[in-house]
Amino acid sequence: MSTERQYALGALFGPARFDIGQFTPYAGRLRMRVVEVGPGFAILALPYDEDLVGDPQRKVVFGGAVTALIDQASGLAVACAMDALLAIATIDLRVDYLRAAAPGREIVARADCYKLGHNVAFVRATAWDTDPHDPFASCLGTFMVGAGIGGSPFGGVKRPEGGQP
Amino acid sequence: MNRLVAAIPYARLLGIDVEETRDGPECVLPFHGDLIGNTRLPAIHGGVIGSFLELTAILRLVAESGLDSVPRPISVTIDYLRSAGPRETRARGEIFKLGRRIAHVRVIAWQDARDRPVAAANGKFLMA
Repeated sequence: MSTERQYALGALFGPARFDIGQFTPYAGRLRMRVVEVGPGFAILALPYDEDLVGDPQRKVVFGGAVTALIDQASGLAVACAMDALLAIATIDLRVDYLRAAAPGREIVARADCYKLGHNVAFVRATAWDTDPHDPFASCLGTFMVGAGIGGSPFGGVKRPEGGQP
Repeated sequence: MNRLVAAIPYARLLGIDVEETRDGPECVLPFHGDLIGNTRLPAIHGGVIGSFLELTAILRLVAESGLDSVPRPISVTIDYLRSAGPRETRARGEIFKLGRRIAHVRVIAWQDARDRPVAAANGKFLMA
Protein backbone atom coordinates (compact mmCIF):
# COMPACT_ATOMS: atom_id res chain seq x y z
CA MET A 1 0.00 0.00 0.00
CA SER A 2 1.35 3.37 -1.00
CA THR A 3 1.64 6.07 1.65
CA GLU A 4 2.25 8.70 -1.04
CA ARG A 5 -0.36 11.46 -1.14
CA GLN A 6 -2.85 11.31 -3.96
CA TYR A 7 -3.70 14.55 -5.75
CA ALA A 8 -6.87 15.10 -7.79
CA LEU A 9 -4.83 16.64 -10.61
CA GLY A 10 -1.77 14.43 -10.05
CA ALA A 11 -1.99 12.97 -13.56
CA LEU A 12 -1.28 16.45 -14.96
CA PHE A 13 1.76 17.23 -12.82
CA GLY A 14 4.88 18.17 -14.74
CA PRO A 15 5.42 20.43 -17.73
CA ALA A 16 2.25 21.81 -19.37
CA ARG A 17 -0.11 19.20 -20.73
CA PHE A 18 -3.30 21.23 -21.05
CA ASP A 19 -4.54 24.54 -22.41
CA ILE A 20 -5.89 26.71 -19.57
CA GLY A 21 -7.69 28.97 -22.08
CA GLN A 22 -9.90 26.05 -23.04
CA PHE A 23 -11.50 26.14 -19.59
CA THR A 24 -11.17 29.81 -18.68
CA PRO A 25 -12.24 32.24 -21.43
CA TYR A 26 -10.37 35.25 -20.00
CA ALA A 27 -7.14 33.24 -19.66
CA GLY A 28 -7.62 32.31 -23.32
CA ARG A 29 -8.24 35.94 -24.29
CA LEU A 30 -4.92 36.95 -22.70
CA ARG A 31 -3.25 33.85 -24.25
CA MET A 32 -2.06 32.59 -20.83
CA ARG A 33 -0.28 29.27 -20.95
CA VAL A 34 0.61 26.67 -18.37
CA VAL A 35 4.36 26.26 -17.89
CA GLU A 36 4.29 23.63 -15.15
CA VAL A 37 2.07 22.33 -12.36
CA GLY A 38 2.95 20.15 -9.38
CA PRO A 39 1.81 19.38 -5.82
CA GLY A 40 0.38 22.67 -4.53
CA PHE A 41 1.98 24.89 -7.15
CA ALA A 42 1.35 26.29 -10.62
CA ILE A 43 3.51 28.29 -13.02
CA LEU A 44 1.71 30.25 -15.76
CA ALA A 45 3.02 32.58 -18.47
CA LEU A 46 1.46 35.66 -20.06
CA PRO A 47 2.92 36.54 -23.48
CA TYR A 48 3.57 40.25 -24.08
CA ASP A 49 0.95 41.96 -26.18
CA GLU A 50 0.41 45.66 -27.00
CA ASP A 51 -3.21 45.17 -25.85
CA LEU A 52 -2.00 44.61 -22.27
CA VAL A 53 -0.20 47.95 -21.95
CA GLY A 54 -1.45 50.13 -19.09
CA ASP A 55 1.08 52.94 -19.34
CA PRO A 56 1.30 54.11 -22.95
CA GLN A 57 4.37 56.28 -22.25
CA ARG A 58 6.46 53.52 -20.72
CA LYS A 59 4.86 50.58 -22.59
CA VAL A 60 4.49 48.68 -19.29
CA VAL A 61 1.87 45.93 -18.95
CA PHE A 62 -1.12 47.06 -16.83
CA GLY A 63 -0.96 45.92 -13.20
CA GLY A 64 -4.41 44.35 -13.49
CA ALA A 65 -3.19 41.99 -16.23
CA VAL A 66 -0.54 40.78 -13.77
CA THR A 67 -3.29 40.40 -11.12
CA ALA A 68 -5.27 38.27 -13.60
CA LEU A 69 -2.25 36.01 -14.22
CA ILE A 70 -1.53 35.68 -10.49
CA ASP A 71 -5.21 35.02 -9.65
CA GLN A 72 -5.32 32.29 -12.31
CA ALA A 73 -2.03 30.71 -11.15
CA SER A 74 -3.14 30.89 -7.50
CA GLY A 75 -6.49 29.19 -8.14
CA LEU A 76 -4.73 26.47 -10.11
CA ALA A 77 -2.16 26.04 -7.30
CA VAL A 78 -5.03 25.49 -4.83
CA ALA A 79 -6.60 22.89 -7.16
CA CYS A 80 -3.17 21.22 -7.39
CA ALA A 81 -3.06 20.92 -3.58
CA MET A 82 -6.42 19.08 -3.35
CA ASP A 83 -6.89 15.33 -3.13
CA ALA A 84 -10.47 15.75 -4.41
CA LEU A 85 -11.48 18.74 -6.53
CA LEU A 86 -13.69 21.29 -4.77
CA ALA A 87 -14.95 24.69 -5.87
CA ILE A 88 -12.49 27.57 -5.39
CA ALA A 89 -13.33 31.27 -5.04
CA THR A 90 -10.92 34.15 -4.42
CA ILE A 91 -11.49 35.87 -1.06
CA ASP A 92 -8.74 38.44 -1.39
CA LEU A 93 -5.50 39.25 -3.16
CA ARG A 94 -2.80 41.72 -2.19
CA VAL A 95 -0.40 42.45 -5.01
CA ASP A 96 2.78 44.46 -4.34
CA TYR A 97 4.46 45.97 -7.38
CA LEU A 98 8.16 45.83 -6.60
CA ARG A 99 9.19 47.49 -9.86
CA ALA A 100 7.88 47.94 -13.40
CA ALA A 101 7.80 44.86 -15.61
CA ALA A 102 10.23 45.08 -18.55
CA PRO A 103 8.36 46.14 -21.72
CA GLY A 104 8.13 43.55 -24.48
CA ARG A 105 8.83 40.51 -22.32
CA GLU A 106 6.68 37.53 -21.45
CA ILE A 107 5.60 37.53 -17.79
CA VAL A 108 5.75 34.39 -15.67
CA ALA A 109 3.97 33.83 -12.33
CA ARG A 110 4.46 31.03 -9.81
CA ALA A 111 1.87 30.44 -7.10
CA ASP A 112 2.34 28.13 -4.10
CA CYS A 113 -0.57 26.98 -1.95
CA TYR A 114 1.23 26.73 1.41
CA LYS A 115 -1.84 25.86 3.46
CA LEU A 116 -5.02 24.12 2.38
CA GLY A 117 -7.60 24.21 5.19
CA HIS A 118 -11.16 22.87 5.20
CA ASN A 119 -12.60 26.27 4.35
CA VAL A 120 -9.73 28.49 3.30
CA ALA A 121 -6.56 28.06 1.22
CA PHE A 122 -3.55 30.39 1.55
CA VAL A 123 -1.34 31.20 -1.41
CA ARG A 124 1.90 33.08 -2.06
CA ALA A 125 2.85 34.12 -5.57
CA THR A 126 5.55 36.04 -7.42
CA ALA A 127 5.82 37.27 -11.01
CA TRP A 128 8.99 37.94 -13.01
CA ASP A 129 10.04 38.90 -16.52
CA THR A 130 13.59 37.51 -16.80
CA ASP A 131 14.84 35.96 -13.58
CA PRO A 132 12.66 34.12 -11.02
CA HIS A 133 14.95 35.52 -8.31
CA ASP A 134 14.29 39.09 -9.42
CA PRO A 135 10.46 39.31 -9.28
CA PHE A 136 8.64 42.54 -10.19
CA ALA A 137 5.47 41.60 -8.29
CA SER A 138 4.67 39.64 -5.16
CA CYS A 139 1.26 38.54 -3.92
CA LEU A 140 -0.58 36.99 -0.99
CA GLY A 141 -4.03 35.54 -1.53
CA THR A 142 -6.74 33.65 0.32
CA PHE A 143 -9.30 31.40 -1.36
CA MET A 144 -12.56 29.85 -0.19
CA VAL A 145 -12.75 26.11 -0.85
CA GLY A 146 -15.87 23.99 -1.34
CA ALA A 147 -19.56 24.45 -0.60
CA GLY A 148 -22.13 26.21 -2.69
CA ILE A 149 -19.97 28.08 -5.16
CA GLY A 150 -20.76 26.09 -8.27
CA GLY A 151 -18.18 23.34 -8.68
CA SER A 152 -14.47 23.49 -9.45
CA PRO A 153 -13.49 25.72 -12.37
CA PHE A 154 -10.80 23.13 -13.03
CA GLY A 155 -13.20 20.18 -13.26
CA GLY A 156 -12.84 20.22 -17.04
CA VAL A 157 -9.06 20.17 -16.82
CA LYS A 158 -9.21 16.71 -15.34
CA ARG A 159 -11.73 15.21 -17.74
CA PRO A 160 -9.44 14.64 -20.76
CA GLU A 161 -7.28 12.42 -18.54
CA GLY A 162 -10.22 10.06 -18.04
CA GLY A 163 -10.88 10.84 -14.35
CA GLN A 164 -14.13 11.95 -12.78
CA PRO A 165 -14.61 15.72 -12.97
CA MET B 1 -11.69 60.78 -18.87
CA ASN B 2 -12.77 58.80 -21.89
CA ARG B 3 -9.76 60.23 -23.75
CA LEU B 4 -7.49 58.68 -21.15
CA VAL B 5 -9.35 55.36 -21.43
CA ALA B 6 -8.81 55.47 -25.20
CA ALA B 7 -5.07 56.01 -24.62
CA ILE B 8 -4.71 52.90 -22.39
CA PRO B 9 -4.74 49.72 -24.52
CA TYR B 10 -5.69 47.44 -21.60
CA ALA B 11 -8.72 49.65 -20.79
CA ARG B 12 -9.84 49.26 -24.41
CA LEU B 13 -9.36 45.47 -24.19
CA LEU B 14 -11.69 45.36 -21.19
CA GLY B 15 -14.11 47.74 -22.95
CA ILE B 16 -14.31 50.26 -20.08
CA ASP B 17 -16.41 53.40 -20.35
CA VAL B 18 -16.67 56.41 -18.00
CA GLU B 19 -19.99 58.08 -17.25
CA GLU B 20 -20.31 61.46 -15.56
CA THR B 21 -23.05 61.24 -12.94
CA ARG B 22 -24.43 63.76 -10.45
CA ASP B 23 -22.11 62.22 -7.81
CA GLY B 24 -19.00 62.30 -10.00
CA PRO B 25 -17.44 59.91 -12.50
CA GLU B 26 -18.51 56.26 -12.57
CA CYS B 27 -16.68 53.55 -14.51
CA VAL B 28 -18.69 51.01 -16.48
CA LEU B 29 -17.53 47.54 -17.54
CA PRO B 30 -20.01 46.17 -20.10
CA PHE B 31 -20.23 42.38 -20.08
CA HIS B 32 -18.81 40.26 -22.90
CA GLY B 33 -18.03 36.55 -23.07
CA ASP B 34 -14.23 36.97 -23.03
CA LEU B 35 -14.41 38.25 -19.44
CA ILE B 36 -15.60 34.94 -17.99
CA GLY B 37 -13.34 33.19 -15.49
CA ASN B 38 -15.63 30.40 -14.33
CA THR B 39 -17.95 29.01 -17.01
CA ARG B 40 -19.90 26.89 -14.53
CA LEU B 41 -21.36 29.72 -12.46
CA PRO B 42 -20.82 31.68 -14.80
CA ALA B 43 -18.74 34.45 -13.24
CA ILE B 44 -16.47 37.23 -14.44
CA HIS B 45 -12.74 36.46 -13.91
CA GLY B 46 -11.29 37.73 -10.62
CA GLY B 47 -8.46 39.26 -12.63
CA VAL B 48 -10.95 41.26 -14.70
CA ILE B 49 -12.62 42.60 -11.56
CA GLY B 50 -9.20 43.40 -10.07
CA SER B 51 -8.14 45.17 -13.27
CA PHE B 52 -11.39 47.14 -13.40
CA LEU B 53 -10.99 48.31 -9.78
CA GLU B 54 -7.35 49.30 -10.34
CA LEU B 55 -8.23 51.20 -13.50
CA THR B 56 -11.09 53.01 -11.74
CA ALA B 57 -8.63 54.12 -9.04
CA ILE B 58 -6.15 55.36 -11.66
CA LEU B 59 -8.79 57.31 -13.61
CA ARG B 60 -10.03 58.94 -10.42
CA LEU B 61 -6.47 59.91 -9.44
CA VAL B 62 -5.69 61.38 -12.84
CA ALA B 63 -8.94 63.38 -12.77
CA GLU B 64 -8.22 64.75 -9.27
CA SER B 65 -4.51 65.40 -9.57
CA GLY B 66 -4.21 66.65 -13.14
CA LEU B 67 -1.22 64.33 -13.52
CA ASP B 68 -0.23 63.89 -17.17
CA SER B 69 1.10 60.34 -16.73
CA VAL B 70 -0.44 57.14 -15.34
CA PRO B 71 0.14 56.80 -11.54
CA ARG B 72 2.17 53.68 -10.74
CA PRO B 73 0.64 51.15 -8.33
CA ILE B 74 2.67 50.30 -5.21
CA SER B 75 0.23 47.85 -3.66
CA VAL B 76 -3.35 46.88 -4.46
CA THR B 77 -5.57 44.75 -2.19
CA ILE B 78 -8.77 43.35 -3.64
CA ASP B 79 -11.61 41.87 -1.58
CA TYR B 80 -13.99 39.66 -3.53
CA LEU B 81 -17.37 39.97 -1.83
CA ARG B 82 -19.75 38.18 -4.20
CA SER B 83 -19.36 36.36 -7.47
CA ALA B 84 -19.75 38.80 -10.37
CA GLY B 85 -22.36 37.49 -12.80
CA PRO B 86 -22.46 37.85 -16.60
CA ARG B 87 -23.77 41.42 -16.68
CA GLU B 88 -22.65 45.04 -16.48
CA THR B 89 -20.39 46.02 -13.55
CA ARG B 90 -19.95 49.59 -12.29
CA ALA B 91 -17.30 51.09 -10.02
CA ARG B 92 -16.51 54.29 -8.22
CA GLY B 93 -13.27 55.41 -6.57
CA GLU B 94 -12.74 57.60 -3.55
CA ILE B 95 -9.44 59.23 -2.72
CA PHE B 96 -8.56 59.05 0.97
CA LYS B 97 -5.33 60.92 0.71
CA LEU B 98 -3.62 62.60 -2.19
CA GLY B 99 -0.09 63.19 -0.97
CA ARG B 100 2.82 64.62 -2.91
CA ARG B 101 4.28 61.17 -3.49
CA ILE B 102 1.68 58.61 -2.45
CA ALA B 103 -2.08 58.50 -2.96
CA HIS B 104 -4.53 56.18 -1.17
CA VAL B 105 -7.68 55.19 -3.05
CA ARG B 106 -10.64 53.00 -2.14
CA VAL B 107 -12.83 51.55 -4.92
CA ILE B 108 -16.18 49.75 -4.76
CA ALA B 109 -17.68 47.72 -7.64
CA TRP B 110 -21.29 46.57 -7.88
CA GLN B 111 -23.73 45.07 -10.36
CA ASP B 112 -27.40 45.17 -9.38
CA ALA B 113 -27.32 47.68 -6.56
CA ARG B 114 -24.66 49.92 -5.13
CA ASP B 115 -25.30 48.66 -1.61
CA ARG B 116 -24.57 45.09 -2.73
CA PRO B 117 -20.92 45.40 -3.81
CA VAL B 118 -19.26 42.53 -5.70
CA ALA B 119 -15.73 43.69 -4.86
CA ALA B 120 -13.73 46.39 -3.12
CA ALA B 121 -10.13 47.48 -3.51
CA ASN B 122 -7.62 49.53 -1.59
CA GLY B 123 -4.76 50.87 -3.67
CA LYS B 124 -1.62 52.86 -2.97
CA PHE B 125 -0.10 54.67 -5.93
CA LEU B 126 3.12 56.56 -6.57
CA MET B 127 2.28 60.01 -7.91
CA ALA B 128 5.83 61.17 -8.55
